[in-house]
Amino acid sequence: MDSTIFILALLDGVSYAALVFLVSVGLSLIFSVLRIVNVAHGSLYAYGAYVAATLSLAVAPISPWLTFPALLVASVAVGVVVGGVMERFLLRPVYGREDVLQLLITFAVFMIMDNLQRLIWGVQPIFASTPLKLLPNVSVLGVSYTSYQVILLPAVALLTVLGLRYFLRHTLAGAVILAVTEDREAATAIGVDARRVFLVTFMIGASLAALGGALASPTTSLVPGMGADMIVLSFAVAATAGLGQIEGAAVTALMIGIARAFVIYLQPEFEVLVPYLIMVLVLLIRPMGLFGVDKVRKI
Amino acid sequence: MQAPAQTSGSGLRLAIVLGLVALAAIVPILLPSWATLITLVAAKGVVVLGVIILLQAGQVSFGHAMYFAVGAYAVAFWGRHMGPGDLILYLLLGSAAATLFGAVIGLFVVRYREIFFGMLNLAFSMVLWSLLEKLYHYTNGADGIRVVRPTIAGIAFQPETFQYALLYVTLVIAVVASYVAQRYLDSPLGHMLRAIKSNETRLEYLGVSARRVLLIGYVLSAFLCGLGGALVAVAQQIATPEFGYWTKSGEFVFIAILGGSSSALGAFAGSAVFEIVRFYAAAKLANTWQLILGVVLIAIIMFAPNGLVGILNRNRRNAEARR
Repeated sequence: MDSTIFILALLDGVSYAALVFLVSVGLSLIFSVLRIVNVAHGSLYAYGAYVAATLSLAVAPISPWLTFPALLVASVAVGVVVGGVMERFLLRPVYGREDVLQLLITFAVFMIMDNLQRLIWGVQPIFASTPLKLLPNVSVLGVSYTSYQVILLPAVALLTVLGLRYFLRHTLAGAVILAVTEDREAATAIGVDARRVFLVTFMIGASLAALGGALASPTTSLVPGMGADMIVLSFAVAATAGLGQIEGAAVTALMIGIARAFVIYLQPEFEVLVPYLIMVLVLLIRPMGLFGVDKVRKI
Repeated sequence: MQAPAQTSGSGLRLAIVLGLVALAAIVPILLPSWATLITLVAAKGVVVLGVIILLQAGQVSFGHAMYFAVGAYAVAFWGRHMGPGDLILYLLLGSAAATLFGAVIGLFVVRYREIFFGMLNLAFSMVLWSLLEKLYHYTNGADGIRVVRPTIAGIAFQPETFQYALLYVTLVIAVVASYVAQRYLDSPLGHMLRAIKSNETRLEYLGVSARRVLLIGYVLSAFLCGLGGALVAVAQQIATPEFGYWTKSGEFVFIAILGGSSSALGAFAGSAVFEIVRFYAAAKLANTWQLILGVVLIAIIMFAPNGLVGILNRNRRNAEARR
């Protein structure tokens, strides 16, 4: 393998990892606070992408630079509206019920969103690559690559890691979320509105998934099934890292992203296998994930 | 007071089951287009029985489609490499392959519970799915492998009669599988399985290995999924990687909850509603079956958490209370 391909694979991996990280950290955040695996998380990613593409196609004729705020607006809108409705009206009534019912509610939402997506945007691939083309290419060790993918995406991911870390550890709102995660009853007893915490957390997590989708939309064609693929992939990252691990999810996303990129160049047919193989191997040895500290009940 | 009520309850249930089986056997004679549909309902019901067994232990597998796919591909590979076979051989192959798979993977996954159990099953199933999808030379990738119509007990049927023969074989299998699953769940072993859900520690205090109990349940569920997979592959004449995708696993859990995960009857009630809604909505309502089923699922979870069978039981209790 010559060095050009090596660098290319590395860059592919990093830009891909940034997107997967955004989605999986949202999944992880929701799980650690609400104790729910959100199966519809991939749909939020897909909606983020589709809404962003629709918006940026609409504003691009006015000024192509407007596509960047469009990506952001799309992800927040999807996260707050879809995420908010989901938590408030579908999940809230089933808290405390059996796990399988909570899981299936999100599965039902996945089915509904998947179907609506086909009805709204059709099944033809959609392209909206204006933001990608707007930014110049950069040369990394002699390899030319779009700065959107090697600078902007990793920067957003890094900002998300730092931002979440700061938010959870150094702000009152973050402390309240951690308190509810740690001990819901005690937190409620000292006057924390746990229901609001759940709602806000879910919206943040949903927005992160949508942001991943919005940022991915310029780099790939949007097709039906992108959500279903992304949910398992982001779940693989979140589970391999250990559910609830923010920095761990970033490291794992990088690991899986880069491993996948190298496999694409070496043995393309095994591309989809890589994340799941890593997941199986890690979970068999450390079911709590690479960075997880939760005790797994084993008898 | 309790005993007579139970007998009349089980007598009624037997009557319902016999009535439904008779209905399933007779309706397709009048409506030929329903033969394959009912075959699929019964075959998927057998798969869902397997999922229900694990739900009884409180464990949700989001990866059981892998055994469904193993059953289907066992049949497909045989047809591809050894030429057309017999249905009985196919069913043995499909269920044996899935049982073997289930025993091996079960050894790993029964050490874990709840979310970890679900995650590992999902991970294994996705590995299988990616292999089926990408090992193009062996599996034809996403196109899948065609399954040639088998003989049944040595008799070669014409397509029109074959669908009926397959339907009746499937119905018999469904009845036997339900009986076996119900007997298993009512047996001491089945009660131990349920104890994993209610209090696993206490089960261990009794000197029972919870892992072994769960492994037996797990292997049985894999067997049922493989059997159902082989039947579906024959009925649809194809096996594709989509059989093992995670959404399929989700569908099986969905059907179990839809019908009611407390009894074997629920598996078939759920499967019937699921397939019929899909069949009609796909044909008549411009591909909105997922939307409709999603809404139905949410309604069931919100208002009838014990599923369709739960609604049936509730009505009966109300009727008895009024009497």
